[in-house]
Amino acid sequence: MSAVMITRKLRKWEKLPGKNTFCCDGRVMMARQKGIFYLTLFLIIGTCSLFFAFECPYLAVHLSPAIPVFAVLLFLFVIAMLLRTSFSDPGVLPRALPEEANFIEMEIEAANGSVPSGQRPPPRIRNVQINNQIVKLKYCYTCKIFRPPRASHCSICDNCVDRFDHHCPWVGNCVGKRNYRYFYLFTLTLSLLTIYIFAFNIVHVVMRSVDQGFLSTLKETPGTVLEVLVCFFTLWSMVGLTGFHTYLISLNQTTNEDIKGSWSGKNRGQNPYSHKNIVKNCCEVLCGPTYPSVLDRRGLMQEDSPTAANSEGPCSFDNLVAQTVKTTAPLIPNEHTPDDVKPSIAAEKSSAPKDDPPLAAKLPPLASPETDAETSIVKNQ
Amino acid sequence: MATEFHNLQELRHSASLANKVFIQRDYSEGTTCRFQTKFPSELESRIELTLFEETVKTLNNFYAEAEKIGGQSYLEGCLACATAYLIFLCMETRYEKVLKKIAKYIQEQNEKIYAPRGLLITDPIERGMRVIEISIYEDRGSSGSSSGSSSVSGSTAR
Repeated sequence: MSAVMITRKLRKWEKLPGKNTFCCDGRVMMARQKGIFYLTLFLIIGTCSLFFAFECPYLAVHLSPAIPVFAVLLFLFVIAMLLRTSFSDPGVLPRALPEEANFIEMEIEAANGSVPSGQRPPPRIRNVQINNQIVKLKYCYTCKIFRPPRASHCSICDNCVDRFDHHCPWVGNCVGKRNYRYFYLFTLTLSLLTIYIFAFNIVHVVMRSVDQGFLSTLKETPGTVLEVLVCFFTLWSMVGLTGFHTYLISLNQTTNEDIKGSWSGKNRGQNPYSHKNIVKNCCEVLCGPTYPSVLDRRGLMQEDSPTAANSEGPCSFDNLVAQTVKTTAPLIPNEHTPDDVKPSIAAEKSSAPKDDPPLAAKLPPLASPETDAETSIVKNQ
Repeated sequence: MATEFHNLQELRHSASLANKVFIQRDYSEGTTCRFQTKFPSELESRIELTLFEETVKTLNNFYAEAEKIGGQSYLEGCLACATAYLIFLCMETRYEKVLKKIAKYIQEQNEKIYAPRGLLITDPIERGMRVIEISIYEDRGSSGSSSGSSSVSGSTAR
């Protein structure tokens, strides 16, 4: 088989570990399961289309043309916020490169001293003091870093996310530092849109029934029934969710912290991130600086050394991949791996053991490789 | 600019990477980006304490400026919200502007101070804003290195 040089340069998103899917050459970043996101999109667009088709003509004529105009603006804003939340990087922390991981391991070893064999090493915790409050930083075995305060590892996306709030299947992405304000604005404006459509549906039915009678109104605008149903159920959940997140923002807490009870119960009033002022907390979360993404998705992969002649796979792409990628987690063929590379990745994996031993020799044997070291803390307490 | 970069390339080619030091984040003031100014022992023989501290403090000031919550950030936030964040398609955020300044500063520091001492600072944004990575190079041509850490990372015993 003749060796074919593939000269296409890879972009970094193609080799990022984690279970995200990327679109538009790395510009769009989402979780793997997108089914419920499509449902969200369908419900919003569908309900609004019915509203514009059935109610708006009547209301524009009989009440005011401003009604559909405002509805359109609200609808566009909701879609913009939804897409912004779904497609942006929530604040993913890249995994540690081997040198950094080794450095941290050595620091841990030095801190722990020697552990007698058979005994479990102590859990990997670092204590930091933030505003006179001791906060424990946990070690992430997957990403090989000590997570910054408020960061958490999302098991669905397999990434550590900064200021992790929750993973939302309705938007098909994690909600974290970078997209929390878009998520909040999405829930807020969707609540407003739902209330708006619901209210004007009622108004429309009432106004038309006065002229024509209730049953004939429903026959003329069958969409109304569907809209009222969807809006009724959506309303309660969206208003509730918006209220909950407003409460969290005023206290400068994340959903994750609220669920774990980090700053409630006996720890109430000790949140070190809160400014103790509702207005300041809201301003920080909603009008704070827009953080840049630290995942360089669209950067080109560096080729450190020239590719040598390869007797194994069909092309020198294997070597390129091996040289640029052996530093990160094992190659995970994701949805965007071209099909002709997948068999060579499999070949690479089977030949990988010759690369692993030198690296493994440097890393001391890890304790239980739990992605969330919390359980080990709980057990040890 | 091309000739300056050429010097750093020369550093990479003529010297061999001996060790890397990682300056960790300082969380004592919260989650804002700040790095510890503690002087690592590996750099004691390579660079003066004052120069190192100056570099880290200036970087901390840059990050504080980028993350400052005040009138300008509110204005930017409200304006962006009013345009459904479409304004960011044509406008650069304040943070991005400061990041460019930081990149320029780091390159300048590397050229003037660190490269002549066989050191190289990596921009924290390339490491997820978690650490400032300082690479220590050993000159291949020199006879007998002074720092003694000639093998990669595994040999520093405590």
